[in-house]
Amino acid sequence: MKMEPVKLDKQDKELLQMMQDEFPVEERPWAVLGKKLGLSEEEVLARVKKLSSDGVIRKLRTILDAQKLGSCSSTLMAMKVPEDKMDHVVRVVNEYMSVTHNYRREHDYNLWFTVTTCGGKDLEETVEEIKRKTGIPDSDTLDLRTTHVFKIDVRFKFTDTEVEGGETRG
Amino acid sequence: MDKDEIDQAILNITQEGIPLVEEPFEELAKQVGISRDEVIRRLKRLRSIGVIKRLGISVNQRKVGIVANAVVAWKVPEEQLESVGTLLSSYTEVTHSYGRVTIPGKWEHNLFTVIHGYSRESVESIAKQLSEACGIMDYLVMFSNGQFKRTSVKHPF
Repeated sequence: MKMEPVKLDKQDKELLQMMQDEFPVEERPWAVLGKKLGLSEEEVLARVKKLSSDGVIRKLRTILDAQKLGSCSSTLMAMKVPEDKMDHVVRVVNEYMSVTHNYRREHDYNLWFTVTTCGGKDLEETVEEIKRKTGIPDSDTLDLRTTHVFKIDVRFKFTDTEVEGGETRG
Repeated sequence: MDKDEIDQAILNITQEGIPLVEEPFEELAKQVGISRDEVIRRLKRLRSIGVIKRLGISVNQRKVGIVANAVVAWKVPEEQLESVGTLLSSYTEVTHSYGRVTIPGKWEHNLFTVIHGYSRESVESIAKQLSEACGIMDYLVMFSNGQFKRTSVKHPF
């Protein structure tokens, strides 16, 4: 599945960078961004709508500090899933709201997913239930509880040289 | 931490999304039932006290060519976990970094990072650079070859 990257010009990249890192909380945010980019308010909004319909922008939202909002606990689970059981296991796992990420990976443990419970819900209980419902034996399952959160910051650099290069790559 | 029902309503709505319209905060104010100025004032406050870690866009990195990602798991002596975890977190290519329990005899890698890049080769070369920087030679690069779910944690109020 080869997907051509969306073409971005210099102003698109600067716009993405500013909107990602610190969106202006102001009456007319597009005008504030436009001022920095040398574009009108209308031009900025038009670019934003284009980037959104092209799928580059997923959404504008707040990211909250879990630690300041009370306790969440999480784990990373891995399973060795036989190919003929993969569909079933993925269906079971994905049904859980507390499962936020679920990826197939190139390893004997070929399915990796995170389970996060907040606000008093019991992580242990959820993990046990998932194990039971998937039918994958304990011997083929890893439950790697989080001991340290060093970083969660899904941000990208749009204005560095590599993105520049990304435009010309096939 | 002081945070009233209006703040909670604002957080509830904005963690799902703020509309990309001419006046986003006017639109948000209508949804919450307060004035635009009040929304702006509260958002700024929640941001300054750190309840809101970030207000900004999320981007589909695949659309701009960042198509490769791997979990890179490191086997770090326990007494170095803090310092290595902190060091690896300082790289922008590392979006996530966690310390995790080990399961003796079954799983020995205790530091997990997620690395994004334009290609497998670039992810592999970043992992190698990180290894050289932190002095940990025992690491596993596990590329993703299928995404089944990707959402964010929704904080209940």
